[in-house]
Amino acid sequence: MKTGQWRWWTALAALTLALAALTAAGCGDDDDGGDGGGDESAALQKLGKGEGEVNLIAWAGYVEDGSTDPNVDWVSDFEKETGCKVNTKIGNTSDEMVTLMRTGSYDGVSASGDATRRLIAGGDVDPVNVDLVPNYKDIFPALKNQPWNTVDDVNYGIPHGRGANLLMYNKDVVKPAPDSWGAVLDPAEAAKYKGKVTAYDNPIYIADAALYLKATQPDLGIDNVYELDDKQFNAAVDLLKEQRDNIGEYWSDYTKEQAAFTGGDSVIGTTWQVIANLVQADKKSPPVEAILPKEGATGWSDTWMISSEAEHPNCMYEWMNHIVSPKANAAVAEWFGEAPANEKSCALTANKDHCDIFHADDEQFFDQVAYWQTPTSDCGDDRGSTCKDYSEWVKAWTEIKG
Amino acid sequence: MGRRLTGFLWRHPRAQLGLLLSGPVGWLVIAYLGSLAVLFVASLWQLDDFSGEIVHDYGLQNFQELWETPVYRTIVGRTVAIAAAVTVTDAILAFPIAFYMAKVATPRVRALLVVAVLMPLWSSYLVKVYSWRIMLQESGIVNWLLEPFGLHGPGFGNVATWLVFSYLWLPFMVLPIYAGLERIPDSVLDASGDLGGKPWMTFRRVILPLALPAVVAGSIFTFSLTLGDYITPQLVSSTQFIGNVVYANVGIANNLPLAAAFATVPVAIMIVYLLIARRLGAFESL
Repeated sequence: MKTGQWRWWTALAALTLALAALTAAGCGDDDDGGDGGGDESAALQKLGKGEGEVNLIAWAGYVEDGSTDPNVDWVSDFEKETGCKVNTKIGNTSDEMVTLMRTGSYDGVSASGDATRRLIAGGDVDPVNVDLVPNYKDIFPALKNQPWNTVDDVNYGIPHGRGANLLMYNKDVVKPAPDSWGAVLDPAEAAKYKGKVTAYDNPIYIADAALYLKATQPDLGIDNVYELDDKQFNAAVDLLKEQRDNIGEYWSDYTKEQAAFTGGDSVIGTTWQVIANLVQADKKSPPVEAILPKEGATGWSDTWMISSEAEHPNCMYEWMNHIVSPKANAAVAEWFGEAPANEKSCALTANKDHCDIFHADDEQFFDQVAYWQTPTSDCGDDRGSTCKDYSEWVKAWTEIKG
Repeated sequence: MGRRLTGFLWRHPRAQLGLLLSGPVGWLVIAYLGSLAVLFVASLWQLDDFSGEIVHDYGLQNFQELWETPVYRTIVGRTVAIAAAVTVTDAILAFPIAFYMAKVATPRVRALLVVAVLMPLWSSYLVKVYSWRIMLQESGIVNWLLEPFGLHGPGFGNVATWLVFSYLWLPFMVLPIYAGLERIPDSVLDASGDLGGKPWMTFRRVILPLALPAVVAGSIFTFSLTLGDYITPQLVSSTQFIGNVVYANVGIANNLPLAAAFATVPVAIMIVYLLIARRLGAFESL
C-alpha cells in the first residue's frame, strides 16, 4: 500500500515535469509583438452599416443608460438611432483597462493618458480616421494632436474630456475645511483622522505624493510628477509609507469608496467628482464636499480608442461620434464632473456655469493639472534614463501597502 | 457495428476501463497538471524592463527577488498566519457542533443541522463578504451592538479578514469532523466510561486521537482556501495576501513571470501541508 502510493506520487510528479518540459519546448519562440507604429491606412476608410452591438470598456460614469439614475442616460437614444446595443465593462484602473483590451474581446475603450501610450505601443488599438467622426471638428484644439492620442501625426483616438482628481471630505468630521493635499499627506495632519483616510489603490497614486512634494519641498526639484529620479521617487514613497499608518482602506473600485464614505469608514481622501455626486445623492450619507486643493492635482485627459481586433468597428465609430456630440458630451461631462471635449457642449449643460467651474477652455488651469501618463525610465530631460519606470512604481506600491 | 464494439469491450475489460477513464484522466492531466506545468515554466521567464515584453529566457531571478525583498516575506508570513488562525478558529468552533450532530442529536435534529451547516454554501460568496462589510462598517450593526459596552468594532483590517474567512470556511470544517466522529462507535466511548474514564479523559484519550485525522482533513480545506483567496482581503481590508500580489502583477504590472513565481509559493506550502496531513492519516478520513 505504502509503496503503491509513493509510486503514484512519483508518477504524478514525473508527469508534471514532463508537461513542463513540453510547454517550455513549445514556447521556444512565438512573437506576440504588436506592430507599434501604425499608419493612417490601418484606419477604417468608409463607415458601413452598424453591426448591432458594441462592447466598451469605460470609466465608471462614462456610459450611462439610465440604470444608475433614470435622468442620466445618453445611451438609450444612441441605441435607438443606430441600432447598436451598448455593452459596458467598467474598468477601475488604467491597468485593468489595458489588460481587458489585450483580451481582444472589446471594441473600444475610454483610455487615460497612462493607458493610451501602452495600448498604442502594444498594437492593441488602431488609428482612428477622424474624417468619419463629424463631431471631431468641434473639439477644443488644445485636446487634439496631443502626445497621448497622436503618434507620428497619426490619430489614435477621439478626446473625451479632462479633469482633476479631487479631495473629498466628510463635512461633519473634517474641520476646518481642508484646502491642501497636506490634509491627507502631511503625517501630522492626516493623523487627526487616523484610520479614516483613504487613497486611490494604484501605483499612479505615487504621483499625487510627488505633486504635494513639488509644492512643499522645492529643493527636490520635481517638475513632471511622472518623471521621478531616485531621490524624488524615494521621497514620495517614504511619504506614502508614513501615510499608510493613517489609511483606513484604499479604494480602486469606485463603489467601495462610495460605501466607505456613506458608512463613515472614510472621512477624507482622493476622489472623482462622480463619486462625490453619488455620495451626495444618497440621503443616508453624511454631507461631503469635493475640492481642488491649492497645490493643483493629478488628473486625466481621456481618449476613446478603437481596438485593433474590434468586431463591431462601425458601431464603435458611431459611438465615438455620439459620445463627443454636443449633447452627450455635455451630459457625461456633467455627470462625471469633468471638462467636456466638445466646445458646443458648454451651451448645453444643465448648470450653465459647468464649463467655467471645470475650466473647459482655461488652458492656464490645466497647466496645473498633471495628466496621468505612464512613467518610463526616460526622464524626458537632461537627466537621461535615470527615472523610475512603471514596474518600479508597481513594486514600490506593493511595499507601501505592506 | 455497435454489436461488434460491445462484444470487443466485453472480451477486453481493460480496454473498457481505459475508455471510461480516458476522459476524466485526460481532463485531470491537461487541465490541472498541465496548468501547473505552465505556471512553473512561466515563473522562470523574465520581463524585459524596457519594452515590458516577456522574455523566454530561463532563470531563477524571480525567486531571488521574492526571497530578497522583505515585503514579499511579510506578505507570505501574514497569509500563512491568517490561514492558520482561521483553521484553528474553525476547528474550535466546528468540533462541538460536529460532536452534537454526530453523537447527541436525534436523527431529525441531525438532518436539520446538516442542512443548516450547508445552507450558507447556497448563497454567493460575494454576497456573504459584502454582508460582512456592511456589518463591520463604521455605522454597521457590530459597532451598534458594542457601543452600549463602550467598545468599538475591529473596523476593516486583519481582524476583519480573519473573522470573514472563519465564517466562510466553517462548513468545510464541520462536515469532515462530523463524518469522522460518526465513525467512532459509541461502544468505544462506553468502554472508556466503564473503565473509569471521566468525560474529559475520554475526550482527550479516546475521541480526540480518533477524530484527529478528520480535523486535519477539514483543515486542508480551511487552510488552502484561505491561502488562495484574494477577494475577501480586498473587500474587508487593505491588507495584501499572496493572491493580491499575484493579481497586481498580472493585472497592473503585466509582470506574469513574477506573478507565476509568487503563485508557486502557496503550491509549495500546500505540498508540505499535504505531506504532513498524509502522515497524520487525514486522507483516510476524507
